[in-house]
Amino acid sequence: MRSLIPFRLRPARPARQTWARPEPPLTRAPVRHDPAPSLWAYRMQRVMLTPYLRALLRVGLPSFAVLFACALYIADEDRRAGITAVFTDLREKFEQRPEFMVTLASVEGCSQDLADAVRARLNLNLPQSSFDLDLEAARARIEDLDAVKSAELRVRSGGVLQVLVTEREPVAIWRQAEGLTLVDETGHRVASLIERSDRADLPLIAGEGADRATPEALALLAAAGPVAPRIRGLVRMGERRWDIVLDRDQRILLPEDNPVRALERLLALDHAQDILTRDLAAVDLRIAARPTLRLTPYAMNELRRSRGLEIVETEL
Amino acid sequence: MTDLYQTQRAMRNMRRAAMQRGVIAILDVGTSKIACLILRFDGEARLRETEGVGPMAGQSQFRIIGAATTRSRGVRFGEIAVMNETERAIRTALQAAQKMANVRVDHVIACFSGAEPRSYGLAGAIDLEDNVVTEQDIARVLASCDVPDIGPGREVLHAQPVNFALDHRSGLGDPRGQIGHRLACDMHLLSVDASAIQNLLYCIQRCDLELAGIASSSYVSAISSLVEDEQELGAACIDMGGGATGISIFMKKHMIYADSVRMGGDHVTSDISKGLQIPMADAERIKTRHGGLFATGMDDREMIELGGDSGDWEKDRRQISRTELIGIMRPRVEEILEEARSVLDAAGFDHLPSQQIVLTGGGSQIPGLDMLAGRILGHRVRLGRPLRVQGLPQAATGAAFASAVGLCMFATHPQDEWWDFEVPADRYPARSLRRAFRWFKDNW
Repeated sequence: MRSLIPFRLRPARPARQTWARPEPPLTRAPVRHDPAPSLWAYRMQRVMLTPYLRALLRVGLPSFAVLFACALYIADEDRRAGITAVFTDLREKFEQRPEFMVTLASVEGCSQDLADAVRARLNLNLPQSSFDLDLEAARARIEDLDAVKSAELRVRSGGVLQVLVTEREPVAIWRQAEGLTLVDETGHRVASLIERSDRADLPLIAGEGADRATPEALALLAAAGPVAPRIRGLVRMGERRWDIVLDRDQRILLPEDNPVRALERLLALDHAQDILTRDLAAVDLRIAARPTLRLTPYAMNELRRSRGLEIVETEL
Repeated sequence: MTDLYQTQRAMRNMRRAAMQRGVIAILDVGTSKIACLILRFDGEARLRETEGVGPMAGQSQFRIIGAATTRSRGVRFGEIAVMNETERAIRTALQAAQKMANVRVDHVIACFSGAEPRSYGLAGAIDLEDNVVTEQDIARVLASCDVPDIGPGREVLHAQPVNFALDHRSGLGDPRGQIGHRLACDMHLLSVDASAIQNLLYCIQRCDLELAGIASSSYVSAISSLVEDEQELGAACIDMGGGATGISIFMKKHMIYADSVRMGGDHVTSDISKGLQIPMADAERIKTRHGGLFATGMDDREMIELGGDSGDWEKDRRQISRTELIGIMRPRVEEILEEARSVLDAAGFDHLPSQQIVLTGGGSQIPGLDMLAGRILGHRVRLGRPLRVQGLPQAATGAAFASAVGLCMFATHPQDEWWDFEVPADRYPARSLRRAFRWFKDNW
């Protein structure tokens, strides 16, 4: 049967077979070469086997490359800032965790109004991280308050800042021209006082520099013993010695050195002869070898009169 | 003579430097192969009984950390014939060994088998000054040996004191501190062609290496393949190499004679090559695979394909029986052994108390050699393999590596040679400071 295809499909003609010798390939046959290394290859191998060079290549080169890469990375300002930012951020996150936050300050060991003053003085905007708290500075601020003798700050668990305050105890009243001041046993100011009668229990001291000599005044008051009820106050004279002022305007002038001993001698004399109950204006103990009495004018006149001396009273 | 003394001393110093560096290369320059071993010194040797006056050159434990072998080129009869080729072959072996050891070596101790070694026995005697033998006296007695005329163009390779005698007592190993009147010594001196040493030195310098020592291959292969009692009682070592067969005789742990026969395994190969008309490489292969020395009826039936690349069918399809191969090999081996026997006879080997003969070297691996050698040389023949050393690869433990292994022993436990002793004081230059120092030391 005749095919419907009008032309015949022939298979492709195979390549003409040639019986001649094939063309030699372009690549040459491998030449068997000398197994011996060339002189330079040999020397190169020996150089590479040098111990120092090997150590340098194995350790020095990689570490240098790493350092170089790090230096290249660090050289850019932005990247450096980024690295520091990452670290500060981490640090802040850690510090701001709730277990490190301080939310409350409790002031203990003092009266209410002092506690308010301490709280005002602390001046912390709580809540704050305990890492940011400068307890030392806060303590110094609190101890700047006159009424605070010492303060102890510690962060307790539960985010509480505990402030333990030790108050100053006033032991004397210092009278000055400006007003009355309460001082403690070291002479430090505690507070002001409006009325003497508010603290009638405290002794009174006066005079320039009296606060600095408060311990000595307290020692004198303690030694005063039997005359203590009669003491109206102690006056610091010329910032170096004390006068004890008794009622009836009597004065005991104490020496600069060893005033307590002088006072004890006077008290012994008083015990024996009741000197202080007599009509004296002052007892001068400033020179220990020669205590001097000053009589009141009336007593002086009476004394002269009893000795038979005529008293001429003048207007002068 | 002083010149040689200086070069040998310089080599000893080099060896000391190599011991401090910790590595040294061993180079066996043979006719058929060049072997290179790299030794690492492992510190001072433990107490080891020593022969002779004492280990003056310093001894050490060692371990082989690199080994390489390559086909030798440019070496004939154990001597360097073509310098460039030999240099390349040395470089190949060294590079491979360095690569295996992963260290760089700068010092090399070499040995070679050829160069017509000649042995001389020297004797010297002195009267002692103060009846006690001191080190200085040993130096003087060594210096008093009258050196024979070794001929022009020859160099001393080994000069070892073999025996000391004090008055009528002979056979002393170490006479120091002993009391007597007259000290005599025997010395064995081995001389070789100076040009062979020069060529080797040149090749090694071209490889950027320093020569730290040089030895005769027949001596070092005897060190490694003779066991201790053989060395003590007297034995000969026949090192059948490729191009030369080294013969050395040991007595009381000292070499007393060495020589070489300028024939070896390569001659057997060339006989096969010529007789069967095949290339040398094929002849070598057939020799090692099918070689033998005693034919049996079985061997007539064992046919060996010769092969070939000529394109001629008749030639490429040849076959021979093993008997034919044996017939070619045997006369040459017999000739070598006969030569060795004549050398031994000349040396007076018959007079030794023990006449052990040890065959070693690559050529000794021919099957049946021990029987043939027994017939020719005498009854007490054995095949020797080098003793085992630490770190030696399995491939390098065969008899062919006897001289390489012996050279390791030579490098680490050298016997005292002449140049290890002090120069006697009267040989110093007249105005030398050391001479003045010596005078002070002697007089106070």
